[in-house]
Amino acid sequence: MAAPKKSVVAKESGQEKASGSPPEFTKAQELAALRDMLLIRRFEEKAGQLYGMGAIGGFCHLYIGQEAVVVGMQMALKQGDQVITGYRDHGHMLACGMDAKGVMAELTGRRGGYSKGKGGSMHMFSMEKNFYGGHGIVGAQVSLGTGLAFANRYRGNDFVSVAYFGDGASNQGQVYESFNMAELWKLPVIYVIENNRYAMGTSVTRSSALTDFSKRGASFNIPGQQVDGMDVRAVKAAGDEAVAWCRAGKGPFILEMQTYRYRGHSMSDPAKYRTREEVEKVRTDQDPIEQVRNRLLAAKVSEQELKAIDAEVREIVNAAADFAQRDPEPDPSELWTDIYR
Amino acid sequence: MPIQVLMPALSPTMEKGNLAKWLKKEGETIKSGDVIAEIETDKATMEVEATDEGTLGRILIPEGTADVAVNTPIATILADGESAADLGKVSAPAPQPKAAESAPSAEAKAEAPQPKAEAKAPPAAVAEPDPEVPAGTEMITQTIREALRDAMAEEMRRDPDVFIMGEEVAEYQGAYKVTQGLLQEFGARRVIDTPITEHGFAGVGVGAAMSGLKPIVEFMTFNFAMQAIDQIINSAAKTLYMSGGQMGCSIVFRGPNGAAARVAAQHSQDYSAWYSQIPGLKVIAPFSAADYKGLLKAAIRDPNPVIFLENEVLYGHTGEVPKLDDYVIPIGKARIVRSGKDVTLISWSNGMTYALKAADELAKEGIEAEVIDLRTLRPMDTDTIVASVKKTGRAVTVEEGWQQSGVGAEIAARIMEHAFDYLDAPVARVSGKDVPMPYAANLEKLALPNVAEVVAAAKAVSYR
Repeated sequence: MAAPKKSVVAKESGQEKASGSPPEFTKAQELAALRDMLLIRRFEEKAGQLYGMGAIGGFCHLYIGQEAVVVGMQMALKQGDQVITGYRDHGHMLACGMDAKGVMAELTGRRGGYSKGKGGSMHMFSMEKNFYGGHGIVGAQVSLGTGLAFANRYRGNDFVSVAYFGDGASNQGQVYESFNMAELWKLPVIYVIENNRYAMGTSVTRSSALTDFSKRGASFNIPGQQVDGMDVRAVKAAGDEAVAWCRAGKGPFILEMQTYRYRGHSMSDPAKYRTREEVEKVRTDQDPIEQVRNRLLAAKVSEQELKAIDAEVREIVNAAADFAQRDPEPDPSELWTDIYR
Repeated sequence: MPIQVLMPALSPTMEKGNLAKWLKKEGETIKSGDVIAEIETDKATMEVEATDEGTLGRILIPEGTADVAVNTPIATILADGESAADLGKVSAPAPQPKAAESAPSAEAKAEAPQPKAEAKAPPAAVAEPDPEVPAGTEMITQTIREALRDAMAEEMRRDPDVFIMGEEVAEYQGAYKVTQGLLQEFGARRVIDTPITEHGFAGVGVGAAMSGLKPIVEFMTFNFAMQAIDQIINSAAKTLYMSGGQMGCSIVFRGPNGAAARVAAQHSQDYSAWYSQIPGLKVIAPFSAADYKGLLKAAIRDPNPVIFLENEVLYGHTGEVPKLDDYVIPIGKARIVRSGKDVTLISWSNGMTYALKAADELAKEGIEAEVIDLRTLRPMDTDTIVASVKKTGRAVTVEEGWQQSGVGAEIAARIMEHAFDYLDAPVARVSGKDVPMPYAANLEKLALPNVAEVVAAAKAVSYR
């Protein structure tokens, strides 16, 4: 196969950010993106509250700040494409169309949760929505997502799988084992590296010899692109390109999404490794939701219309939180089910 | 003095082979490095190179001879100036010391009754008929290697979602030739050579299984599966539970497990106890050729992740395999392969070699041992064990793995829980010694269980 036409890998700067603005969204796209990102934001805020109240236990990794990544990518996919990610997974599930009630009830460990309360925040799945988890071991989802792509190729369909992982997981060995096989066998998998600048408390500059993650596939000849992951339009545009590449049978594609998480690594993280000013600056200058809202307002969409979206989202989230606290815990007999089929 | 050329070993576990072809004739001049003959086993073909110079004096084993034992003299080379008249005075390379002979005398005494060759002999005849095979079924004699290959080929013909991936499974025909012919029949789409990347391809296999395919993942040996054990346990075994029953994983991880021969600690380890501890996995470790076939077919059809532990030492062993269109043995059923009333010997995989030989020895002394082949370690057939112990009142477990937290320990605990009042003696365990596997032949032999130890344990629990 010829070298990828758009070989970002070969560029010296490695900065393949589109100069100027990405392609404009239609009003309908802007509204849909706003609604989906808002749903994730409000859901996560509510999850944080419930965690503080003790209704959610264990680890709880919030996606606040990174919403544009998963929402933009989802806009580039079609029905039947698979999604898999690590443990910061609530946003991915909502973006895949999974029911907020089922996700929240899983967070509270109730029987109406997606995993009947047996998986929790980090382990949820929906065969119906082609969401393959929800995986708690850093990097494991990369090999698994490559396996989903393997299955697509085995079956001869044109679906792609999207494997999300972070800048931290990017240093795991199995990521490169997967890159090698994916390119060797031309598997239709998009590796979306969500670079939120910190692997738990370790900044990328302290953990990564090469901080341009789009180049991480270079020695396998996998094309990569750095994307402004705070701009949902840029994400969608890059996603479109990667999807086209994969569907055409050209093998895997790497997208480094430059993004930021506003909250700590998990609920128990005081985030002492970065300054309050750093967080505030991103929130003020780059917030993915505010960007869309401002564009819509500039395009003369009424405050009223935007408030209606806010209200709809709040209602969904409140209903989910309500359900998740009222739904009973799993029946004790569930302890012994689902071990074998 | 003329030099003898000996039958070489192609692998650490080869015991015999066929002398396929002589490439030099008697009287021909031979230089060091010349290929003088070809030998073959069911696994591979190899050229024999001369290491000495001279004239091929005499061919001792004609070409086409089958089953020539390793170290048998196959030809004589005459040095310069020697003639056929010198053929009588032959110098053989120093024979390899037998393990027992070079062991320190105290241990040698304990080990002596059971020389290595005997312990490695083909399985003893099975006394009990196989309940899964209808009476009158035609049997074919196969190696375990062939039984495994046939099981995979049959299941791949039956179900297009079944495929095999692993290192050297396709073009090389299998590192141990277990996948011989599969590439030719099923093509590269379904018989997939992977890079040497256990963690990665195990994860790819599990991902493919999550999407509904039925992979057979071959590990060249289970020693290398330690690189992949996170995917096996955290992803394959737990996902069904963590997804509330939504998403399972029909996958078989298979390959040789346990002690091989002379490959030392990193290549010689029994993982029976490791995997059998994990809820969500099924763990199978057969002994007979028929069980290898019937249980591998069952494993491939099972909707759960299955660890299928083979044994390299057994691959070349032959056994009777029922000639049935679809011979599938239920997972989780032990088999009484020899019935007896005095003591129960419980084992699986190559441990059965020691148990069956010991039963023969014990019979000579009037002790009738009942021998149970567990075949499946998880789920464990506690009922069969308990029923037997209730009859005999005595039990000995036999395993190649380590004792601490081992499968034998688990069996002993179950017997205590379910048949305590029937026991006439504490359960005894014969196992691999609590050391990493050593390389030296004598030490390796000492590290493994042996027939004498099983006999001694059976007598001890019988107070004889």
